[in-house]
Amino acid sequence: MRTLHHVVITPHRVVVDEEQMTVTSSGKMMLKEIYQSNIGNYPKFYKMDMLCKLGFVASELLLQKEGNRNIGAKGVVDEENQRDDRAVILLNSSSSICDDRAYQATIDNLDDYFPSPMVFVYTLANIVTGEIALRNRYYGETNFYVLPQKDEKVMTQIVEDSFQDEHTTSAICGWLNCDDEDHFEADLYLVEK
Amino acid sequence: MIKVIADNITSPLGMTSSENYLKVKDGLSCLQSYEGVMDIPTPFTASLFTEEQWDALMQYGDYTRFESCLIHSIREALEGSDVDVSSPRVIFIISTTKGNVELLDSRSHRLKNRTTDEAVRLGNAALMIARYFGNPNIPVTVSNACISGLAAQLTAKRMLESGRYDYAIVAGADIQSRFIISGFQSFKALSPKVCRPFDIERCGLNLGEAAACMVFGRMTEQDTDDWVAVRGAVRNDANHISSPSRTAEGAYRAIAYAMADGDAEQLAVVNAHGTSTLYNDEMESVAIARSGLEHTPVNSLKGYYGHTMGAAGLLETILTMKSIDDHIILGTRGFQELGVSRSIRVIGEHIPTDKRGFLKLLSGFGGSNAAMLYQKGGRR
Repeated sequence: MRTLHHVVITPHRVVVDEEQMTVTSSGKMMLKEIYQSNIGNYPKFYKMDMLCKLGFVASELLLQKEGNRNIGAKGVVDEENQRDDRAVILLNSSSSICDDRAYQATIDNLDDYFPSPMVFVYTLANIVTGEIALRNRYYGETNFYVLPQKDEKVMTQIVEDSFQDEHTTSAICGWLNCDDEDHFEADLYLVEK
Repeated sequence: MIKVIADNITSPLGMTSSENYLKVKDGLSCLQSYEGVMDIPTPFTASLFTEEQWDALMQYGDYTRFESCLIHSIREALEGSDVDVSSPRVIFIISTTKGNVELLDSRSHRLKNRTTDEAVRLGNAALMIARYFGNPNIPVTVSNACISGLAAQLTAKRMLESGRYDYAIVAGADIQSRFIISGFQSFKALSPKVCRPFDIERCGLNLGEAAACMVFGRMTEQDTDDWVAVRGAVRNDANHISSPSRTAEGAYRAIAYAMADGDAEQLAVVNAHGTSTLYNDEMESVAIARSGLEHTPVNSLKGYYGHTMGAAGLLETILTMKSIDDHIILGTRGFQELGVSRSIRVIGEHIPTDKRGFLKLLSGFGGSNAAMLYQKGGRR
C-alpha cells in the first residue's frame, strides 16, 4: 500500500501533504472558510452535518492534490469519468454522535417534537462515505468502521484488507472523527494498492 | 473462503436459530401494532421484545439492552462450538447502526459504571461485549447503515483470509427506540400495517428488534457440508444519500462481483433486502433483472421480523441457510401480487428446493449496497 496524499484537519490546523495551509478561522467556521476559498460551487455542502462537512473538505483537499477532477455542471464528476476501483474506507470512534445529539434535541421534549428527515439522515456515520462517492461518482466500495479509540494498527489492517476486493486499486481512507463543532479530526489518506 | 461454525438468532420469535426457523416456517411473526408507547405520538407496527423477554435477556450485569441481547446471542452461538474466544486469534466484529443511542433520551435510565457519553459510543459498547467474553483484541464495529450485517461478514471474511485471525465472532443488533422510530416516521418510510415486500399494495417498512450471531472459521479441504461465504462486495450508488439509484447501480455491481464465478442455476433463492418501501423493492427488482436473475426465486423475510437493521444481514442469512438445509425456500410473508416494474420471481408461499446456494442482498442509506454468495460445501 502506497500513500499518494495525506490531509490532516483539526479545529485550528490544516495540513496537506505535510504543508500547513493558512486559515483565519477555527472549528466549524474554518471548514466553511476552506470550502469557500478552495472548493465552492457545491451548495449541498451547507446542508451537510459536521461529520460530512469535515469528510467532504478533507477528501476535496486530497483529490485536489491528485488533480484531474472532471467536475461536471451539476457539481459532480461526469458520468464518463465514473469509476468503481476506488474505495472510501473511513473509521472513527464517535460514529455520528454530533448529529445524534442534534436529532435527539428535536424529539426529546414532547411539547417541542419536530423530528426532521434532514437531520435524521445524518445520524448514520456512513453517510459521509456516500457523500464522497456521490461527488466523485465512485461506484466502488464504501464502508464505515467504529473503534473504541484511534488505533493506527487496526486502521491499517482494515484498509489493507479492503484491497482484497479485486476491483479496488486505490482508496480514500483514514480517521474521520467529530465530537462537536469545535472538536474534530480528519486524518485522511489517498492510497493505492 | 470462510465457513459458518455456529450461529444464533435472538428475536421476539425465539431465542435460538432453530426456534426462529420453525416459527417462520409456520408463518408466524411478532409484528403488531403499537400505540401510545415510548412517548411516540403516532402509532406504528413493529416486532419488539416483550418485557418478559427483556427480563430474560438482561441477566449479564450492568449492560444496556443492546449489549445484553448481543451477549445473549453470542453466548448461545458459542454453545454450539468449541472456539476459545479468549484467544488473540479470535476477533469480535459488531454490526449495528445505532447501538445504545436510546440512552441519549433524557428519560432513559443511567448506567452505574459508565457515563451516557461513553455508552453511546459504538466502539465502547463493542469493547464491553468483547471484554465480557474475555477477548483481548480491539473489536471492530461495522456501521454501514442497513448493509452493516453483510459488510461485517465481508470484513470477517477478509480478516480470516488474510490470516490475521482464525475465528471471527460476527454479531449484530439494533434496539428500537423513540430515536429510530420517530426518524423513520419523519421519512414517511413506515407502513402503518404489516409490511408487504414487493407487493403492489406495499406502503413502507416495519422496524424490528433482534440480535444475531455467526461464528466463522477458515474453510479446509475436508469441509464438504458446511455453509461457506464464497464471495461478496459492497458497492455505492453514487446517486443520492437517502434514496436508491433508479438503475440500481450499486446493487447491480455488488451482485455482479458476488456472482463473478457463480452460476445462477445453482441458486436456490435470492434473499433480497425487500424492506417493502416503494423505492427499495423497485430498485432491487431492477438490480435482479439487470443481473439476469429474473427466473431465480426471490424472497424477503421482512414480513416476519420487520427491518432489524444491524441484525438483518445476519438473521436473514442464517434463516436462509436453515431453510435450504430443510430443502425449503421460505415464502415472502405479506406478498400477493407483484408490484415492481421488473417481472422477477417473488415467492409468496414456501416452495421446495434441492439447490445448495443463495445470494443475499442488502441496501441502505448513504447509497450503500451489499451482496454475498453462499454455498453449502463451498464452490464445487
